[in-house]
Amino acid sequence: MDIASVIQRIEEQFPCAIAEKTPGWITLKKESLIPVFHCLMTGPEAFISLHCLTAVDRKDSVEVVYHLFSYHHKIMLTVKVLLPNVDLTIDSLTPLWDAANWLEREVFDLFGVKFSGHPDMRRILNPDHWTTHPLRKDFKQDGFVPRPVK
Amino acid sequence: MMEYEELIINMGPQHPSTHGVLYLELKLDGEVVLDCRPNIGYLHRSIEKIAENRSFVQFMPFTDRLDYLASMNNNLGLCLTVEKLMNIAVSPRAQYLRVIIAELNRIASHLFAVSTFAQDLGAFATPLFYALRDREKIIQIFDHICGQRLTYNYMRVGGVSGDLPAGVDALIKEYIPYQRKMLDEFETLLTGNVIFCARSKNIGVLSKETAIKYGVTGPNLRASGYKWDLRKDEPYLVYDKFDFDIPTGENGDSWDRYIVRIREIRESLKIIEQALGGLPEGDPVAKVNKVFRPNGETYMCTENPRGELGFYIVGDGNIFPYRLKIRAPSFSNLSVLSAMVKGLNISDTVCALGSLDIVMGEIDR
Repeated sequence: MDIASVIQRIEEQFPCAIAEKTPGWITLKKESLIPVFHCLMTGPEAFISLHCLTAVDRKDSVEVVYHLFSYHHKIMLTVKVLLPNVDLTIDSLTPLWDAANWLEREVFDLFGVKFSGHPDMRRILNPDHWTTHPLRKDFKQDGFVPRPVK
Repeated sequence: MMEYEELIINMGPQHPSTHGVLYLELKLDGEVVLDCRPNIGYLHRSIEKIAENRSFVQFMPFTDRLDYLASMNNNLGLCLTVEKLMNIAVSPRAQYLRVIIAELNRIASHLFAVSTFAQDLGAFATPLFYALRDREKIIQIFDHICGQRLTYNYMRVGGVSGDLPAGVDALIKEYIPYQRKMLDEFETLLTGNVIFCARSKNIGVLSKETAIKYGVTGPNLRASGYKWDLRKDEPYLVYDKFDFDIPTGENGDSWDRYIVRIREIRESLKIIEQALGGLPEGDPVAKVNKVFRPNGETYMCTENPRGELGFYIVGDGNIFPYRLKIRAPSFSNLSVLSAMVKGLNISDTVCALGSLDIVMGEIDR
């Protein structure tokens, strides 16, 4: 089994779940995240490991990036979900993978994405009283000057 | 009626057995742990934010400070990811050198892991001193190679920063039989020791399923009985050319995690021996442009001593990465602790934590 056949199966089973398809990754619609991931985890693809969960600030939106890994087929699937800045909430994956617990807390801490259904949505690396999210591109703090991009 | 009282104890952030600045909030009933909440972040240096303001060459020294007991492996992870992103070929000699160096660092890291674990269980000083004496040999080899003892900054995108200096291959060749002998001696102290076994067997049992659900990788996953090693299953560099085994445990208890590391040291010695024997001629020094402008993104994992270290790099055509995420193995390995220690005594919590072999530098980043 390879990535192409995995994507094909998602398309067949969830006809309008995929918003964008590129050679490296697929972008899912926010509302179909849990059903698709549940299917990928329990189905023959056996993506039993949530290897990495992170986010990328795209200035007008935040991209949440999931890397699922299947030990059985030795394939890594990259899934993205685009969240507009006005609504930075997404369903938590903690019911599916326990690994999501800390990884989602980290994304919340550094990007301000809220994961609904998460059992313990606190900051993980930075102090609890902080209000800013350091990995956002518009993060400002005294003493921190982003270097000019050439 | 039995009297029942809950007590909350703060263990850390300054505590000798928490391996760095880790703070555990323990909810206790007498001596028994009812709940454990690890609080991290005391060592947070926002390395991922720093990465967005550095070129890859400038960022290399920062990777040394992630898992500071296995700096070479961190260097390697970043190099391989950038090479994959930029399609850079590496000379065969550099690949072999990288394998030798990475495996030496794995041995140094495992020696530290097993000996501090024994120290946590009360085997005070002797195993630690024995292991540090042997680790010193590796550190001296690294000192000859790159002039540093702990934070090496040795690997470069496209190769390594310099060839082996004269005489160092002889040092490594001397070191291999020495370490085998010393490891036998080390094992006579611990492996069959009644007290050590009683303290670590059936303590902190981690099942295969739980380990995978929590994203646990590396020796901790293999100790739970899952035979998975990126060096074997998805070989990078030239690992597919060497003959070595993947040691696994059976029960997933603390003793299994100890013995898997000891066996991995022996396998690493085997790899180094083969790599030194087949070391090809050529120039290992990187001859590529020092300025990279990656466009696109990639995610790559390498097998670190503590598990799978992943780098996720997003480039937008500038010399700085747009985003660089470090998937630290210890981060996931520590997150499983609260599931492991429920129902254990406090002293066994220390045992379970020590057997996980975490490094706070890469957890907090």
